[in-house]
Amino acid sequence: MKQIVFISGKGGTGKSTVVASLVKYVKNITIADCDVDTPNLHILLPHKRTAKSDFTGAKLAFINDEKCILCGQCRDVCRFGAISDEFVINPMKCEGCGACQLVCPVEAITMDNVKIGEVYEADSDYGMFTYALLDIGAEGSGKLVTQVKKTSQKKSGDQIYSLIDGSPGIGCVVIASITGADAVVIVTEATLSGKSDLERVQKVVRHFGIKSYVCINKFDLNSSVTHDIEEFCHLNEITVIGKIPFEPGIVKALQQLETPMDDVKLLHIKNEIVRMWETLEREMIQ
Amino acid sequence: MRIAVLSGKGGTGKTTVAASLAYAVKTSQYIDCDVEEPNGNIFLKAVLSESEVVHVPVPEVDVNLCNGCGECARACQFNAMAVINKEVLIFEELCHSCGACVIACPVKAIHEKKRPLGVISANCSHTFIQGALNLNELMSVPIIRRLKEKMNQHSHVILDSAPGASCTVVNTIEDCDYCILVTEPTPFGLHDLKIAVELVKKAELPFGVIVNKAMNENQTIKEFCHENNIEIIMEIPFQKEIAVNYSKGLLPVQYDIEWKKKFNELFRNIERSLEA
Repeated sequence: MKQIVFISGKGGTGKSTVVASLVKYVKNITIADCDVDTPNLHILLPHKRTAKSDFTGAKLAFINDEKCILCGQCRDVCRFGAISDEFVINPMKCEGCGACQLVCPVEAITMDNVKIGEVYEADSDYGMFTYALLDIGAEGSGKLVTQVKKTSQKKSGDQIYSLIDGSPGIGCVVIASITGADAVVIVTEATLSGKSDLERVQKVVRHFGIKSYVCINKFDLNSSVTHDIEEFCHLNEITVIGKIPFEPGIVKALQQLETPMDDVKLLHIKNEIVRMWETLEREMIQ
Repeated sequence: MRIAVLSGKGGTGKTTVAASLAYAVKTSQYIDCDVEEPNGNIFLKAVLSESEVVHVPVPEVDVNLCNGCGECARACQFNAMAVINKEVLIFEELCHSCGACVIACPVKAIHEKKRPLGVISANCSHTFIQGALNLNELMSVPIIRRLKEKMNQHSHVILDSAPGASCTVVNTIEDCDYCILVTEPTPFGLHDLKIAVELVKKAELPFGVIVNKAMNENQTIKEFCHENNIEIIMEIPFQKEIAVNYSKGLLPVQYDIEWKKKFNELFRNIERSLEA
């Protein structure tokens, strides 16, 4: 099975819209949403949840009041400012490192596993669908991404493609998402921000030895930026597989929970997305 | 006053709002805390004359002292250390710099060395500061913490957050006086706005919502805010002209005096609401 991950560097360039559209066109797929902070694919993808599981991917320190002698050694050693003057652990700051437990002279501190999010498995008309939601402000989003990918893979059966919606950025969540991918599609937009972010994230993808492809959204917004993006891709031997125009109708379709594939007024967008997929498939075979 | 601008969903216009505020409000300091993909300077065009490498401490083992007992790897909660055949392997990019391994080592064979993680750059007056995570690195938070140490105590500070709702955003909004949540009238925007609202409520910070790319025919965000008693503090219309200028690195405040007035007024309103 080939894993294709859609990322962007910059947020809001149209990753989820492109993935939700492809899901309705490409056959023999499994689907996963690795944007665990703010997953969006499930909104556009009619599905029926079949399983929900808590994910415990982090530890938190707990201080037992009855044993604590208020010596303050834990607070001195904590580098995250997670222990208050009253010896209460701030769960938003505790990284679960356990340094406090190591120095406590009276064994008043325990490290407990805590839930950091939930993983959902679902059936859809288009394929098995896995997504997750990180608890608000929780640590360990990278681990949750890895769990989503594992869960999705287990259910992949004899499908040909795994289409994976990623998240913006270049850090731990993105690196966890692209690990093990056969190809990465970077969805960018014809803005200076889009271009700058594409350049950074592309280097990360390359560092991990994964082949990347580029889709330029809103390409007609700024032809000079589009030209520069194409030039950058050419220099770095990246194929630009698709160019989608600025189309307010896409936003209107999304507002009706539809993708460009469902709306007859957006046939030109649908054709471009189909063409993009065919180019990608051809390139991946080569 | 310290104002953090966040959104949940990416690409809703955080940088547009944060940079516009910084541009409109004289004597404010802008800090780009989206260290994975900093974009503020595409719009504010500050001359970056100063830079500083952000280092994090990571363990280093003195092989002459190490007895290969493995206590360090057992203490490490982040799988950043392994001991194989009495040899310590360190995976620096996984290290959270907590120092637990140093404490755990019974023979004091571990000390810490400095490892570069990213770069902070600023203009000479420090009214513009940005952080950039080095490529292929996992952890943004130490850079955000360092950026926040540079907050000007005597001026207003505008913090431009990364998207999402994880530790990077938590660290950005911590100790701020007010949060601006930027959203857009799509099902994605609304879904992620709800997550951002939960986050600021958990942090117990006052906040207001800006609807970017607003359309008259879609009132979903307004309805949600109304039902939940959340104030909409500004609307920026969905206009191709704004999008085209954005693509060139130009904000409405930079070419339209009316927008400059609006952002100034927005700032004064926030200030007044906090005084009240």
